[in-house]
Amino acid sequence: MNRNEGYTITDVYEYFQDNMDFILELTVQHINLVGLAIIVAILIGVPLGIYLTTNESLAGTVLNVASVIMTIPSIALFGLMIPIFSLINQGIGFVPAFVALVLYSQLPIIRNTYTAINNVNPEIRDAAMGIGMSTAQRLLKVEIPNTLPVIMAGIRTAVVLNIGIGVIAAFIGAGGLGILIAQGITRGHTDMVIAGAIAISILGISADLILRLLQRIFTSKGVSAQ
Amino acid sequence: MIEYNEVTKVFGKDVRAVDNVSFKVESGDIVVLLGPSGCGKTTLLRMVNRLESITEGNILVNNQRIADLNEIELRREIGYVIQSNGLFPNMTIEQNVTIVPNLLGWDKEKKEERYQYLMNLVGMDPDDYRKRYPHELSGGQQQRIGVIRALAADPPAMLMDEPFGALDPIIREKVQDEFLAIQRELHKTVLFVSHDINEAIKMGDKIALLRDGKLMQYDTPANILQNPANDFVAQFVGQDRTIKSLSIHYIEDLMKHKQLNETTDQKFSKQVPVNMNLRDALGNILESDEKEVAVTDENQKVIGSIDFSLISQYVSELSQ
Repeated sequence: MNRNEGYTITDVYEYFQDNMDFILELTVQHINLVGLAIIVAILIGVPLGIYLTTNESLAGTVLNVASVIMTIPSIALFGLMIPIFSLINQGIGFVPAFVALVLYSQLPIIRNTYTAINNVNPEIRDAAMGIGMSTAQRLLKVEIPNTLPVIMAGIRTAVVLNIGIGVIAAFIGAGGLGILIAQGITRGHTDMVIAGAIAISILGISADLILRLLQRIFTSKGVSAQ
Repeated sequence: MIEYNEVTKVFGKDVRAVDNVSFKVESGDIVVLLGPSGCGKTTLLRMVNRLESITEGNILVNNQRIADLNEIELRREIGYVIQSNGLFPNMTIEQNVTIVPNLLGWDKEKKEERYQYLMNLVGMDPDDYRKRYPHELSGGQQQRIGVIRALAADPPAMLMDEPFGALDPIIREKVQDEFLAIQRELHKTVLFVSHDINEAIKMGDKIALLRDGKLMQYDTPANILQNPANDFVAQFVGQDRTIKSLSIHYIEDLMKHKQLNETTDQKFSKQVPVNMNLRDALGNILESDEKEVAVTDENQKVIGSIDFSLISQYVSELSQ
């Protein structure tokens, strides 16, 4: 029987029922990979974005490099990681996939942080300096809280992007929900491919909703209501 | 006390925004930096808390050269108010008002006490506004909060950069009056930037009139109006300078030099209080049927009357 023909929504539903444990395991792998990559990407991207507002000449260069990384086809970037990390015997698996995802997340995070901090109302910045805040106090008490929605928008873009691109990790042995799609294609199991696609969509939408919720909780009412 | 000693600010190679300016602001005085846009008044102001650097010369605050002080600590000891109030949108009114005490590490009770005191000073209910955000307030209320935020740590000096410039005329009058009432109580040393001659006359103990970075005249409003140092000053204060000068003299002042007209059994259609300024009094005289109005003391008792010729005589005595 050719599984490529005549599959129905019922087949996909049955696939989910029969393989729930496997799908959950892959989901956890996917979340681990993407989650860790995003955390590291935020730790690099947000401080870098803030720093770039103080160094205009470097800002152009860094944003251009991040843009170029974004234009590399994702499958090629993952492929490029293999020879590089082979040098330290980590050619396939978690490490190259993780690094590729961190690189992909940089542009939205750096660009949004940079734009956000650069567009802080100059009068508010002036007032913060004039009343005697140090640079760190100004950032933490005034500039970041007032631009949190813009910074968070960059992070949300990066998360949703990475959940999708994370599929390719399966092709370099890093696991995740991409396994369903990779195996489904090679075995001709369309229901498996569809199940994988649905699982990834659900994960992406849930992650975005959770981040929106967090954003709402942490954004001051004085900022969100404006 | 704030003292400018031969202060010069050069932007780029040869743009002299402030050119060899020296003057002294006595403790407890309001000095208005006045002039057309681009005259360097804001730059001059922002040099005091080192938001602008000084190219040449020096500035003393309470006899200390500001260049020798830590800039963060210096700023915390000088209140700063700007035109758009610069309130932090992410903070509640309470957080905005107590931000400097917070930076200085005051304890909770002291901050609360201060918050209550300051809100009452501008007639806003401390509890009603405590949890509200700046965008929920009217322009006038925001500006009041901007002023008390600058007063929060009780700094001896205040820098105010066109603080009431964005308010509509009626609210502006009101907030100006409120600030003058506060100043009569607190006696801060205030540098106040304005481009409005009427505001300068009203607010200033002295006016520093600037043009192209140079100090044209530094004197009391009365002297600037009566004896302009040069053509620019005369032109800036306007051809109606005599009328303007009436607004800084009150009927009380006139009574020190002149007798009010006696009112026997005469009835006047208008009455004015003795603490009214002569400009408003003149307005009332022109509007009245008799071209003369009754003057009343604090107890609403008529103590005499005033007419145009009395004001005219007083003015000519002043300019002698």
